[in-house]
Formats: sequence, structure tokens, C-alpha cells
Amino acid sequence: MADTLDDIEIQLLLEALYHRYHYDFRHYARASIKRRLLQARVQLGFGSISAMQSAVLHDEGMLPRLLNYLTVQVSEMFRDPAYYLALREKVIPHLKTYPSLKVWIAGCSNGEELYSLSILFREEGLADKTMFYATDINPTALKKAQVGVYPLDDIRLFTENHQKAGGRSSLSDYYTADYGRAVFDKSLRKQVVFSDHSLVTDAAFGEMHLISCRNVLIYFDRPLQDRALGLFRESLARRGFLGLGSKESLRFSAHAHAFADFCREQRIYQRSEP
Amino acid sequence: MTVGAIVIGTSAGGVQALSRILPGIPVDFPRPVLVVIHVPARRGNALVELFGNKCKLPVKEAEDKEPLEPGTVYFAPPDYHLLVERDGTIALSSDELVNHSRPAIDVLFETAADAFGAALTGIVLTGANHDGASGLKAVGEGGGMAIIEDPASAEVPTMPAAALQAWPPARVMNIDQIIAFLQEPAAR
Repeated sequence: MADTLDDIEIQLLLEALYHRYHYDFRHYARASIKRRLLQARVQLGFGSISAMQSAVLHDEGMLPRLLNYLTVQVSEMFRDPAYYLALREKVIPHLKTYPSLKVWIAGCSNGEELYSLSILFREEGLADKTMFYATDINPTALKKAQVGVYPLDDIRLFTENHQKAGGRSSLSDYYTADYGRAVFDKSLRKQVVFSDHSLVTDAAFGEMHLISCRNVLIYFDRPLQDRALGLFRESLARRGFLGLGSKESLRFSAHAHAFADFCREQRIYQRSEP
Repeated sequence: MTVGAIVIGTSAGGVQALSRILPGIPVDFPRPVLVVIHVPARRGNALVELFGNKCKLPVKEAEDKEPLEPGTVYFAPPDYHLLVERDGTIALSSDELVNHSRPAIDVLFETAADAFGAALTGIVLTGANHDGASGLKAVGEGGGMAIIEDPASAEVPTMPAAALQAWPPARVMNIDQIIAFLQEPAAR
């Protein structure tokens, strides 16, 4: 199909965002980006994508609002409990053999995955020797992650997930309820470094023992997926672990040979070559 | 790139309706068939096996970035939206729920309409909510063929009725007529 006016305008808007703010969405899977930008256009009250482009170019205040559409901030604690159960039963025994640990949550969004891992590591007695690196490109999401407050309505699901993930404690040990919100204990982020980092444009992190990056790569096209996987490869310690989302895989990647299947069902890989 | 596609959306009563329609699609069918059905996530995993045993066409769970193949039935995986890219590949996303659903019929229909235009056929079957209504409208506006299961004979009429209201030019058919339609050259 020929490009419609919307498609042309979207391409131009993504170029504009890159050149003006260095946010690079040009190699994101387009169908999802388009849906979200058309939604942004309507909800932010612009007559066209071009009008929205003009606004974001001239007004920095528009950027965070647009980023909230361009980045996906939907998650839940212990989402896909079987993934966390596999980490607990299969990966943690290996991690217990190290004197200190580094864990990178790449694309941490509002922090649900970070708090899940922090709780899991505490339950397994690894919290004191672990440093977590939680990164995202969206500053608004990072701020939410740094606060750790979630709607109380979500807690029932989070609790159910936590139990299915083999939770050894009660989720209620980690938060206090307050006016319809669950405020998570700040000790869970005592050893967390929050950082603005882009898998598209930034460089590798050092010597990680576990990288968890779930439902981020599905938003990238293949070349961009390869870039991100190259970063993970570089950032992992020897025999370090990489966990992806349940519909993501290394199968078609140029970096596939640098990893071995560790838990195929849960998309957990181990860095294999030296 | 395939020669267009068929997209089907359904909810309550959908397993029974699909059990009649999908096995009726002939083995030499030249277009891919993409299906979104609302079912609880743990049951969703069983759909491929259930329909794989009944259909003449290969049935599989849609995978992110795979190119659509003619004569193949794709089911949206539980808890992911199913989208079509303009280059004829599949995309999955874990975006927000749409119409309280993930996968959502509107997301599949709207992106497929964008990718295939007039070469798309959209079919809305039985269901108890309004998902698929604006999707079917997008199919129609893109020049594609819009079909709804006759609300009078659908197990649950809400969804096809909502789709008809959103896109009144849609063709109204009962299940037997839909099965017959998919044998015709026009469906190809």
C-alpha cells in the first residue's frame, strides 16, 4: 500500500524528535507507533500529526506528554509468574555462588519489574549483595519507578502473581495502603541506581550477572533488536543471564551464537562464548 | 507480500462459531486468516491445538515479525495484541487493553486495514461486547469487504449488532453463508 498522509507525517515527526531531542523511534515497529500517535493527536487536540510535530519542536513541555504515548507503560508485578518462578528455581542457585551481583532491568518503565526482582532477591537472601540498575528512556516513567506507588486496585493481581511465582513471603509485607494507593517500602530500592538509558542510542553497561528486558524488543524492528542484543551481549559477565518477554526470542538475531538456551520455555538465555 | 488477508474477530460463543467456519476453508485458500478471540489467557494456549486438529489449513499462534503466509490460520497469543505491519509481517504488542481486551479485535482490524486496504476481508462474529465495531468500520473505509454474522442468528448478538451500527454497509450473513462465501472466488 502506498504511504498515506499520516504515514508521511509520522515519519517526519519521528525524524524531528530525533534531531531535536535525540529520541530515536525511527526503527520502532511502525503499526503500534502509528496507533499510539494517532491516539495522541486526538487526545492532545491537534488537527494533524504535522501540527503536533510543530508543537513538540517549539515547546519542550510537549515532549514528556508525547513520550507518554510513544513509550508503553503497561506492566504488572510478577507479570508471567512462570518467568519469575524459573528465575527463582533455576537462575538464583547460580547467582548464589557469586560474592556480589549486578542486575540490569532494561526498559523498567514504572518499575513493576524492578520491585518484583527486588522482592524475589530479598526472599532468596541475595538483596544485600545485589546492585540493581533500572533504566528507561521516559523520565516520567523513571520518576514513577523511583517512587514505587501503584493503584491499590492492582494489588490483588500482583499478589496472585507473586504467589504463583513461588513467593516465600506475603506481598503485603512490602507495601502500606494509603488512600487507594499501595506505597512500596523504600528499602526495596536501597540498592537501585535509576538511570536514563536508551537501547537505541546509548552504550553498554558493565559486567551484569542478569539482564531482564521484557516486552521491549517486540517494539523494535530487526536491526534495532540486534543493536540492543549486542549491548546485552557486551554488558553481560561470562555465563551471565538474559531474560526476555514470552514472545521474544534470540532465534533470528546475529548474536544468537553468543547465547545458549538456559530455560527455553521462559526465554531465559545464558551468555555462552568467552 | 500476500494477496490481502481475512481477519476474524469474535468473543462469547466464538469457539463454536469458529469450529464451523475455519474447518470449511479449502486447503488451497490463497490468503492468510488472522483470528482474534477473547478467551481467558490460560485457555488461549489451547486454541491452536483445538483448531489445528479440525482445519485443513495449518493453524498456528502468531509470532512477532513473521511474514504472513497464504493459506495459514494465525491466532493472536493470549495477553498480546495482534497487529499487521504494512510490509505484510506480524507484530505483537503488550500495549494497553483496548475495549477491556488484549488481544483486541479493533487493533487487528485497524492495522490490517492499513496494510491491505481493499484486499482485506473483515468478519465480526458472535460476542457480548463492542470490540471490532470501529475495526470493521476501518476495514470498510479502507475499501475492504466488511461482513458480520447475522445478529438474529448469532449466539450472542451484541458484537455483530454493534459492528453493523458502526458500518451499516456491511454484508450480513449467517454462519452457513459465511462458510459458502469463503469457498467463492470473491473471497480469494
